[in-house]
Amino acid sequence: MQDSLQNEDWDIEIYPKSKLLDLNLKEVWRYRDLLKQFVRRDFVSVYKQTVFGPLWFFVQPILTTIMFMVVFGGIAKMSTDGMPQAVFYLSGIVLWNYFSTAFSGTSNTFASNAGVFGKVYFPRLITPVSIVVSKLLTFAVQFTLFIVVYLYYLFFVETNILPNSLILLTPVLILMTAGLALGLGLIITSLTTKYRDFKFLLGFIIQLGMYATPIIYPANTITDPKIKLAIMANPMSSIIETFRFAYLGVGNFSWVGLFYSFGFMVVVLITGVITYNRVEKKFMDTV
Amino acid sequence: MKPAIKVENLSKQYRLGTVGTGSFAHDMNRWWHTVRGKENPYLKIGETNDRTTKGNSEYVWALENINFEVPKGEVLGIIGKNGAGKSTLLKLLSRVTAPTTGSIKARGRIASLLEVGTGFHPELTGRENVFLNGAIMGMTKKEIQSKFDEIVDFAGCERYIDTPVKRYSSGMYVRLAFAVAAHLEPEILIVDEVLAVGDVEFQKKAIGKMKEVSEGGGRTVLFVSHNMASIEQLCDSCVLLENGTVKAVDTTNKIIEMYISGNLKKSEITLQDRKDRKGDQKIKIEKVSFYNSDNLKIDSILTGQELRIRLDYKAIDKFDLNKVKVSIGVRNKKGEVLFNCPSNIFNYENELDLNGSLDLLIPKFPLLEGVYTYTIFIEVDKVVSDWIQEAGNFTVVGGDFYGTGKLPTSGNQSMLVDYTWETKS
Repeated sequence: MQDSLQNEDWDIEIYPKSKLLDLNLKEVWRYRDLLKQFVRRDFVSVYKQTVFGPLWFFVQPILTTIMFMVVFGGIAKMSTDGMPQAVFYLSGIVLWNYFSTAFSGTSNTFASNAGVFGKVYFPRLITPVSIVVSKLLTFAVQFTLFIVVYLYYLFFVETNILPNSLILLTPVLILMTAGLALGLGLIITSLTTKYRDFKFLLGFIIQLGMYATPIIYPANTITDPKIKLAIMANPMSSIIETFRFAYLGVGNFSWVGLFYSFGFMVVVLITGVITYNRVEKKFMDTV
Repeated sequence: MKPAIKVENLSKQYRLGTVGTGSFAHDMNRWWHTVRGKENPYLKIGETNDRTTKGNSEYVWALENINFEVPKGEVLGIIGKNGAGKSTLLKLLSRVTAPTTGSIKARGRIASLLEVGTGFHPELTGRENVFLNGAIMGMTKKEIQSKFDEIVDFAGCERYIDTPVKRYSSGMYVRLAFAVAAHLEPEILIVDEVLAVGDVEFQKKAIGKMKEVSEGGGRTVLFVSHNMASIEQLCDSCVLLENGTVKAVDTTNKIIEMYISGNLKKSEITLQDRKDRKGDQKIKIEKVSFYNSDNLKIDSILTGQELRIRLDYKAIDKFDLNKVKVSIGVRNKKGEVLFNCPSNIFNYENELDLNGSLDLLIPKFPLLEGVYTYTIFIEVDKVVSDWIQEAGNFTVVGGDFYGTGKLPTSGNQSMLVDYTWETKS
């Protein structure tokens, strides 16, 4: 061809490996319409051919709450910190549900999108992010349910619910949950593309995680300091406790715990994005 | 003009076998080498990707040291046999997977049609899927909106556009998917045999669209297909891949010639495993071989020589030869029939044995230099018994047909007849 020196203005360069921090976020931004389409697909396709549509998203937290009220409140008579059981359980379930669905969704990214990934190129980060966002919509629906129940107890029932200004932290708490779920999910999905051993642990980990997070019990009922340390080492614990403290006025909220969770989230997210980015390029060969 | 794509020393290695403890050990070893700053130990031991022979290595090179450039605006065909590395090359170009070594550089957006309808969700309506699929292919919502009517019109499914695609007929599904893909406007388009979809009418439409895409916008197109007719119609030049390496880059005609002749490795072709045959198989052709006048097997045919084409068959019964019609038809590479040799224009007195051979004798072979394909046809009592289209092909080398050492030089001619000129005064 021509003078090869003039030819160095390439738009796309493909090499065997990318640099560690070459995340190509610019390109992710360029594909933002795809993100919207994925979110739409995930959210809309769930309730196609149903009459009640998104109303079905209410059913799951309601049933779980009732079950908790019967098993843990009624039979095991566990403390709810003097709060009405419905509000107490729901406040934990809603946020935990978001975490667990987003986490299990993103940790399946490679396995469940192998078909599309094998045919077309787009920034792979779009897919897990879209899962986290579409689960956020589900969360919004369930959060509304919580608010309705909460307001009912706040205004029409005599209780000692004490909302405070930490309610303003709600968006931060949601973002932290999202970041944590995304980061952990990216790590798990990267680990399971070639060797699927981890997959068998995942369901168990999520179930275990729920018991290791103060959802069915208030954190301040734990008396053994070792167990308490273990529970609070779980980054979701502080998020749930802060959420509960903000809306209900009970629980042991601490800035230290919250900052710990935030730092944990940042580290996990960065590690997740980097490992995902490394695996993503050659994932099709080993899936 | 600057090249739109530049491929340098591109290689892709695959590991055969299953993923398990064995590959885990290799991964650990590779990681240990990297930690010590040494080269990947498995890069050296790969073998050439030849499916038919059993290799010693678990690693094969699906592509090895590929180099080529594509000028902007060119339609480049990529041809090669199954397993030559075409799909791997396309996967690397479309960034579905990364190369093992080497690099690819390109100017402009790359969009690939490795398969149409990627990401179509069955529960969503046609309209929703157009937007979803378009976005997956890299179009923005605005772009899709502006082309939406065109897409629906091209697919011809306006009535169904608000119905979930799971209710579509398979043809309609594919047409809608292709329509979205055809309205992409990337600078570089990669297409893999998608034209093999839909009915004849739609295929024509699709080829027309492809032509329009490549001619109108000065866009670069890479096109992979086994269909030489569409390659010939669309491509300016071609790359021929063989066992993961580039065998040649040249004009379409030359490469097609090379490709077709490369398929004929032996003068003997066994047909037992051919699945694309028609008929009730009362008589089944198992092998085809070519002989010269001395009854020696030959690889290529010389114009003017005596040729014997032997068909080895197996029959389920002894048939009266007068009730059997066997024929060999020869076509040129454009698919035009040059001649047929049906047996039923002669009368016979014997009958066919349960197995044996049927020989076609051509005293003076009339075709000029080139590559030709042949079709074999047998019927018993007017019922098709065995019919293999494009059973194989053969190469003809120019020979001394007239015994004068000269052949006609007119370029359009492919066949010779015996003749003499006489004078009278």
